[in-house]
Amino acid sequence: MLKLSFLFLFAVALLTPGVADAHIVAGEAAGFLSGLAHPVSGLDHVIAMVAVGLWGASLGLPALWLLPVAFPVVMAFGGFLGLIGVPLPATELGIALSGVVLGAAVLTGARPPLWAALAVVAVFALFHGHAHGTELPPGQDGLLYSLGFVIATGSLHALGIGIGVLHRWNWGRRLVRLAGGGVLGGGLFFLWEALA
Amino acid sequence: MKRRSVLLVAAGPLVLLSAPAQAHLVTTGLGPVYDGVAHFALSLGDVLCVLAFALFAGLRGPRHGRWALFLLAAGWLAGGIFALPLPAPVVWGLTAAGLLLAGGLLAFDARPPVAATAALALGLGLLHGDVNGAGLSDEGVAPLGLLGIAATVFVFSASVMALTLPLRALWSRTAARVAGSWVTAVGLLQVGWLIHAGG
Repeated sequence: MLKLSFLFLFAVALLTPGVADAHIVAGEAAGFLSGLAHPVSGLDHVIAMVAVGLWGASLGLPALWLLPVAFPVVMAFGGFLGLIGVPLPATELGIALSGVVLGAAVLTGARPPLWAALAVVAVFALFHGHAHGTELPPGQDGLLYSLGFVIATGSLHALGIGIGVLHRWNWGRRLVRLAGGGVLGGGLFFLWEALA
Repeated sequence: MKRRSVLLVAAGPLVLLSAPAQAHLVTTGLGPVYDGVAHFALSLGDVLCVLAFALFAGLRGPRHGRWALFLLAAGWLAGGIFALPLPAPVVWGLTAAGLLLAGGLLAFDARPPVAATAALALGLGLLHGDVNGAGLSDEGVAPLGLLGIAATVFVFSASVMALTLPLRALWSRTAARVAGSWVTAVGLLQVGWLIHAGG
């Protein structure tokens, strides 16, 4: 049976060869994969997005799902502003601060009112989205690029939530706070770089 | 023996009237209906829009789902037929509007009355059908291509709604809403891309 499965998979692999992309123009958005790679290409973005999931999971319901629902929408709004050329001052500073504030919130186990947590996440999402919007290269397929971009962002939140659900156990709580400390450290490093 | 004779008599005409083997569909592809099916399946903006709206209608319950199911497909077909003689519209803009609407309804867990859901389904169908119709008239596969698209919209949205209707667990309904927020985000970025490209 196992042999048969392998044969089947082998046949499928043979019948679905990948396209040889030998002529990708450098710097060009090449669709879904480029979009998928963009949010994970900068550690300052990665730690903040993971921190959103961590904080949401630490806060519990309904923040657990409200924060990751709000972040992509507001981030896309920031991206929209960036794409149409609306300036946002001190973007890099805002991104670095997001790591500091969100990391500190997870580390200290801060439990503000839901609206305040939402506002904090939304403000920082705007900075992240705006940076992405202004950095987006001219794409061949904007829809696929945007989809990959949003899925990558959501997956980073999911990673944070996955770690954050350990919060229900004592040892897990310590681990989550440790992760928050890591985010805070990273945020401070990027803040230093932004100010330098 | 008698039964065997009857079978032979029945099989004879079937053999004699067999359809010619069409092994060389290079020029026509699989025919206009299947061209329509493929057109929908390969139009990511349309697929995302129908997915988000079907998830939304499914979460709202069977009454919303029934109206949405029939009016979305019917609107798609009507919009397509209406747009056949028209020049091609700006696809991206309309697609982005549909994504924003369907994704927003799902993400924000909107609770409109049944009549509003029905009107929205019809409007979305007309909007996307209009885009498809104007595009397909140049490719020479309309109006059967439109029928293929509308049938696929019906089957796809029916499948998604059927899977969504029984969802009761919070996590599963939340996952659907997260998908809605992603579709909204894609729609917003699409609008940005459109303006960016136009500028």
